[in-house]
Amino acid sequence: MLKCRTMWRRLAPLTRASSTLCRQNTRRAVLNNERSPALVPLARMSSEAPAGGNENKIYFLLVGAACLGGGIYAYRTIKGDKDRYNDRLEEIASRPNKSAPDQPETYLSTESPVEPAVETTEAAEPVVEAAPEEPDETAAAPVVESEPEPESPPEDLSEPPVVPAQSEPDTAAEPPSSEPTEQSPVVDSEPPPAAESPPAESSEPQSAAETESAAAEEPSAAPVTEPPAPAPLPVPPHAPYLLIGGGTASFAAARSIRARDPGARVLIVTDEWDLPYMRPPLSKELWFSDDPGVTDTLRFKQWNGKERSIYFQPPSFYVSPEELDKAENGGVAVLTGKKVVHMDVRGNKVRLSDNSEISYDKCLIATGGVPRNLQVIERAGEEVTKRTTLFRKVDDFKALEKVSREIKSITIIGGGFLGSELACALGRRSSEDGLEVVQMYPEKGNMGKVLPEYLSNWTTEKVKSEGVRVITEALVKNVSFDDGKVQIKLKDGRVVKTDHLVAAVGLEPSTELAKSAGLEVDSDFGGYRVNAELQARSNIWVAGDAACFYDIRLGRRRVEHHDHAVVSGRLAGENMTGANKPYWHQSMFWSDLGPDVGYEAIGIVDSSLPTVGVFAKATAKDTPRAAAEMSGTGIRSESETEAVARSPVASSTPPPAPLQQKDDYGKGVIFYLRDKVVVGIILWNVFNRMPIARKIIKDGEEHADLNEVAKLFNIHDD
Amino acid sequence: MSSIKEEGKDRIIFVTKEEHETPSSAELIEEDPNDPYEERGLILPSGEINWNCPCLGGMASGPCGTTFKDAFSCFHYSKEEVKGSDCLEQFKGMQECMQRYPELYPQEDEKKTQGGADKTQPSLQDSSTDPATDSEPTTSPEPTTSPEQDTSPTPSSPPADTTIPLRSESSLSG
Repeated sequence: MLKCRTMWRRLAPLTRASSTLCRQNTRRAVLNNERSPALVPLARMSSEAPAGGNENKIYFLLVGAACLGGGIYAYRTIKGDKDRYNDRLEEIASRPNKSAPDQPETYLSTESPVEPAVETTEAAEPVVEAAPEEPDETAAAPVVESEPEPESPPEDLSEPPVVPAQSEPDTAAEPPSSEPTEQSPVVDSEPPPAAESPPAESSEPQSAAETESAAAEEPSAAPVTEPPAPAPLPVPPHAPYLLIGGGTASFAAARSIRARDPGARVLIVTDEWDLPYMRPPLSKELWFSDDPGVTDTLRFKQWNGKERSIYFQPPSFYVSPEELDKAENGGVAVLTGKKVVHMDVRGNKVRLSDNSEISYDKCLIATGGVPRNLQVIERAGEEVTKRTTLFRKVDDFKALEKVSREIKSITIIGGGFLGSELACALGRRSSEDGLEVVQMYPEKGNMGKVLPEYLSNWTTEKVKSEGVRVITEALVKNVSFDDGKVQIKLKDGRVVKTDHLVAAVGLEPSTELAKSAGLEVDSDFGGYRVNAELQARSNIWVAGDAACFYDIRLGRRRVEHHDHAVVSGRLAGENMTGANKPYWHQSMFWSDLGPDVGYEAIGIVDSSLPTVGVFAKATAKDTPRAAAEMSGTGIRSESETEAVARSPVASSTPPPAPLQQKDDYGKGVIFYLRDKVVVGIILWNVFNRMPIARKIIKDGEEHADLNEVAKLFNIHDD
Repeated sequence: MSSIKEEGKDRIIFVTKEEHETPSSAELIEEDPNDPYEERGLILPSGEINWNCPCLGGMASGPCGTTFKDAFSCFHYSKEEVKGSDCLEQFKGMQECMQRYPELYPQEDEKKTQGGADKTQPSLQDSSTDPATDSEPTTSPEPTTSPEQDTSPTPSSPPADTTIPLRSESSLSG
């Protein structure tokens, strides 16, 4: 306050001069408007100099008003601070409550039920102390198990103190303490851990079993608090090997870990509800199945006629999460429907969407990605978005399969692998069901970013012959829903009317954990940045679509193919068990677009690179179908179905006439060069030569004449 | 006669069969049999079994993985005249375990219940060789080798190449 005044006094001479003019103006204004002097102070608040000569008074009033304003602000802030502080404290206090679902109590409250059980508290203490001392869960189980046994009479109440005594904070909030009677139905709903519960009395094994299962893992409190409701999947508190994501890379890693570390306990956490499955058949084989119930069975025919499911393993392969710790030889458990939302690297633990926590020794992030969408579709409103499929998962396949039977026209936006494969798969239906299939993309031809232009054009013609209406160089400007049809307006003015959209415009890698885990995200390729051994940080590896890794041969890259998921998953699993091997075995990929076009590829296959293609004239022998039948290898989308449907093109006596005479790229090898070194190879309708291609890329040599290199492939042979 | 075309940055060569019949002058680097980075076949250079070999499918990692490893190790190191005849205990244990998971180990495949070498063959890819003798798949010359002996002991055809399910799982998930 004093400072204000002194400052003001100092400034007063300066302001006087400037205020003279204002004073005169306002005096005139005041006199003109005949305002009462009482209103003048208000005008002063708006920093206008007052009329009249009571300058000191005016200054005092000004200063006073400023100080009053300041005081009001300060008071409000302090008051608000206090409120905020109280809110924060409440939030912190209530956080332990939320640590397990349906937990009304906190640490404090679990102790209160303990106190009534006075005689058991002392007995419970050694149990309480013993249990947290055991770092190993399996050791804890027997410890805890033995303790409650002698305390059989009050065992119901002694169990609860044992339960909260577990080192995991989540179990602490177990309200079995308050609801001992509910323990029986709880245990009934859970599969009783087989070997370790000695079935003495009816209540004892139940409570012992309950304790064991609580000791070994954490049965979520939900089953305890809601005995009549079915028990949700318990979340184990610790997993030696934790794999985040339940796709191909994760499964490959699980297998690798189990192979190398005997008795390993592997926990896969996935936000999908399905067990691990493979993706390629979702856009290929499943569409060509004759089985009308294919959307339920999800089985497809392989090359050898044998059927298999898209699931890597049936459910009996897996151990249930609550039994993981007790399984004698370990196993792989899958926790479905749970998303990891936070990762604490220093504490070696993760937090799930339901706020339960899992600690780990080694962790793999294999979260894959989510399909990208076009902004014009997102902004187009609900009528459009509900008619749009972003194709990635099993559910998307089921939904699209159903929709494709009900509508007249479907449009696929995107000309890459997924878009082209779906277009061909649906195009095949177009002849059967009268479905109009449109495919549109900004490139000049299918696989425009992968294949050199001449080959891309050739491929586009093949796709068209599958019954697809292809619109190239199509940039979608606007999408709307009018007249019961989805209207797609292109930049060049064309309009496409359709019933359903499929957006196949790329994959956005899922890197939500980067922030909490402190992991680097690559700005060029996306995904988590890892080294050549697929390691991101200590005890954290990343594999599959989400991994931007350093390839010793080809440089840093991120690959979104099935075989890469397998190779990288396996490598990550090896490294998690101490192998320290870099990414060395080059993964490959393949695609079939109809019965006549099939290729395998390896390395960097980018159409912007200079290419050298060496082709032979193709005969009817050189189709994916024929190749599969002859060599008996390979999973070819059409092979078995075509062979079954028509009298098979006898592989032993093919019709000798070649396909076409003009520039026909029937079969050959295409080399992709970077600084004169072959970095990528496509085997075009030439099969079973991938090892040679892999070797050439591995060598990384400059070859003067690539025709000579092409000779190694014997493209004319079969 | 071969024809060469240039389309911008892309070169296209059409070749006839005769042209490609002359041996290639392209040089490939010799394989190092002790390269630690290379993917190995079923038997490592040290003589040990590579449990992570794709050719084994999920045998070593499934619920019966331990019994399988016991049985197969015993067989591998068996010095009996009839190899594996001293391993009946282990094989019996493995068989018992597998019977508990009929979904994973289809019982109609008779060969599974017999010796380990037989077992690994029909249920796996086209590895027609006895895994015990399949010692150095990586050293076999690439172009002429049958794909089974490749580093990734799977045929190189599309999904088969090192992919778990599409080849090696074929037996496991009936």
